[in-house]
Amino acid sequence: MRRRRQQSYDVIIVGSGAAGGICAYVLACSGARVLMLEAGRDYDPVTETPMFQLPSDAPLRGVGTREKPFGFYDATVDGGWEVPGEPYASAAGSTFRWWRARMLGGRTNHWGRISLRNGPYDFAPYSRDGLGFDWPMSYEDVAPYYDKTETLIGVYGSNEGLENTPDSPAGVLQPPPAPRANELLVQHVGADLGVPVIPAHIAILTEAQDADRLSRVLWPNDALAQRVTAESMRSRAACFYATPCGRGCAIKANFQSPTVVLPPALATGNLDILTNAMVREVTVDSSGRATGVHYVDKTTRLDEHVSARVVVVAASAAESARILLNSKSGPFPDGIGNGSGLVGRYLMDTVGASVSGQIPALEGMPAHNADGASAMHLYVPWWLYREQARGRLDFARGYHIELGGGRRMPGFGTFSGLERFTSGSYGAQFKEDCRRYYGSFVSFSGRGEMIPNEDSYCEIDPNQVDQWGIPTLRFHWRWSEHELNQARHMQHTFADIIDAMGGRVTSTIHEDGADAIAPGGEIIHEVGGVIMGDDPSRSVLNQFCQSWEVDNLFVTDGGCFVSNADKNPTLTIMAIAWRASDYIVDQLNTGSL
Amino acid sequence: MDRRQALKVMAIAAATPGLTSCLTGEDEGTGAVGTLPTGHAGPAGTAWDPDLLAPVIPWERTLTSDELEALAAICDVIVPADDRSPSASALGVHDFIDEWVSAPYERNEQDSVIVRGGLVWLDREAAGRFGEGRRFRDLDAAGKHAICDDICYRPDTAPEYQAGARFFDRVRDLAAGAFWTTSEGMQDLQYVGNVPLARWDPPPAEVLRHIGLL
Repeated sequence: MRRRRQQSYDVIIVGSGAAGGICAYVLACSGARVLMLEAGRDYDPVTETPMFQLPSDAPLRGVGTREKPFGFYDATVDGGWEVPGEPYASAAGSTFRWWRARMLGGRTNHWGRISLRNGPYDFAPYSRDGLGFDWPMSYEDVAPYYDKTETLIGVYGSNEGLENTPDSPAGVLQPPPAPRANELLVQHVGADLGVPVIPAHIAILTEAQDADRLSRVLWPNDALAQRVTAESMRSRAACFYATPCGRGCAIKANFQSPTVVLPPALATGNLDILTNAMVREVTVDSSGRATGVHYVDKTTRLDEHVSARVVVVAASAAESARILLNSKSGPFPDGIGNGSGLVGRYLMDTVGASVSGQIPALEGMPAHNADGASAMHLYVPWWLYREQARGRLDFARGYHIELGGGRRMPGFGTFSGLERFTSGSYGAQFKEDCRRYYGSFVSFSGRGEMIPNEDSYCEIDPNQVDQWGIPTLRFHWRWSEHELNQARHMQHTFADIIDAMGGRVTSTIHEDGADAIAPGGEIIHEVGGVIMGDDPSRSVLNQFCQSWEVDNLFVTDGGCFVSNADKNPTLTIMAIAWRASDYIVDQLNTGSL
Repeated sequence: MDRRQALKVMAIAAATPGLTSCLTGEDEGTGAVGTLPTGHAGPAGTAWDPDLLAPVIPWERTLTSDELEALAAICDVIVPADDRSPSASALGVHDFIDEWVSAPYERNEQDSVIVRGGLVWLDREAAGRFGEGRRFRDLDAAGKHAICDDICYRPDTAPEYQAGARFFDRVRDLAAGAFWTTSEGMQDLQYVGNVPLARWDPPPAEVLRHIGLL
């Protein structure tokens, strides 16, 4: 745990991940004195990341376990589907899985780095099809903040001019890496199927950042912000195309909050960080104004309180809803800022369905390095807008396709179940078969939009507190036909692509979308629960993530999402957090806060 | 690769033209940027927060030396040495399976029953076919193959051999998973990644020809 150096703060930020990290960076660079509270331990990717280690260096060849669900080398520590001593529940008839990462930087340490902008349609979904809600701002309002975020963190990709798939301005994106062989094959058959296969947008540097230019673009009038940003950018290396990003990155080539935004924020001298500080509630004075937060110091198990002029909650969607609901007081008997009764409501995840296949054309491939930038180089953006508009599909919103497979580092399961192709070979023939089939397996994962509904929400569980004495969450979950039909459509599409590649589907294609879809929460894109809007009776926050009822309380993480487009949420979380931070700075400077 | 080796590789990467800016950056400038404040605790060494750079396996191995001998014999039938790579036992695959079946997880505990029971089954089958007292490990190649041919493919396996086939299936998956995730196993597959590159190139022409795109 770090010592606090200052007596008073302008802003407390709860959480150090995508939203908290960006808020800390923007606020500290703007001169605000900031205290960040992180529930997990301090974590340094530069010294702790297992770069280059093989599965054979890890217990159980690195496979996932209860304590390390995404594998031994996954960057997540003290987290996963369970956190010891910090339970949650699903209501009867519901299944929801909640991934948490109790560590500095949170889930930015292991995330997929997929960084797709929401498009113009995605900010006005209700206006297009009458479902869900519109956002209180437009794509044009957020676009400058996508520009800033991409410029700061570094995102590779290309501008293709496709519908609702926004281009970035010239000079913002990093060059995309050349596609892998298996990706080129998908692109080839995609042309015949009418499926666009284009460079993915991924938060990985493919070249060193132009620190002098970019720092001036981001902070045209601020020497300190320019200096810390430029120095931070210079400390980052371009990808060297080895070792998986999910482990984190010791050379800072990809985006993690503790390597990209926290170091420059700390270098301003305006940010202090307290780790092992588990926030319980936001405190208020008798007028209903936020005064600070109570937290449990995990090392002493004692309750502590810190004060500031502004409280920013960025603990992740459900955790932020939990903190608000647990912040009960005279002015706010149902939780702070919850006069609408909507805190916890309209929780969303991403629709997920996958199909695997084996492609004879990829068998016996000449040896070559196919590691690439760890993440995919190509992907498929949603392409059936016209069919949807004409009512030809039985689901209202889109999905994109993530590509996997090829000659990647062999893992423990690479050859499991191979006997279905080999009639049970063993001995010398089995070795030949493994060499032949290695790299010939591909996967397609759909990531689709979920429409918010009345039956998917979280609430305080009246029967449970965690080991810090804090009441826990209970989740309710239900998919609508839109999501179930979309999941079925995904599987059939992927089977068609595998077929067009001359391959064999190796997973089950379900006719019932309920069998195809991943359980709620499992894609780890949970957003909503603290939604923004332009009507205080129908939303918790305004478009700047500011509580309608408590001027100096903000929720800047995915909790504020009004819809959950197929685009992975992290880039949008950061853009909205930056926009909210600019607003906070403006309000602090004008004396409104 | 242990931590020291990994750091050595990264140091070499740092010396590679085009990669220099990155790894030396922290020693330059103010020292403030890019370095988080001290007080950093590092891994707790618990199951939820293990030391990823110096892994330890906290559970005891459970197989006996006799079981390990039996396991090595069946693993080497599944993955024998050839001119490209060594045998399963030469890479310690049987020791890994001991690690696997001894682990305190439900999946592994189930595998422990399958593996240990299967080893007894194998010896019983050897004795039944080739005379009392004969054990699988003592059979010649033809004898071992005679048994394995009957249990190597579950869809074609006779009802009385299904238990043996289930065992064989599982050991084959465990052995393959263990063998081809070692450095030697990766060389066997001609996996040439996991090395730092100064730049990323498109697939070579022979690869494009192989998949019919050139």
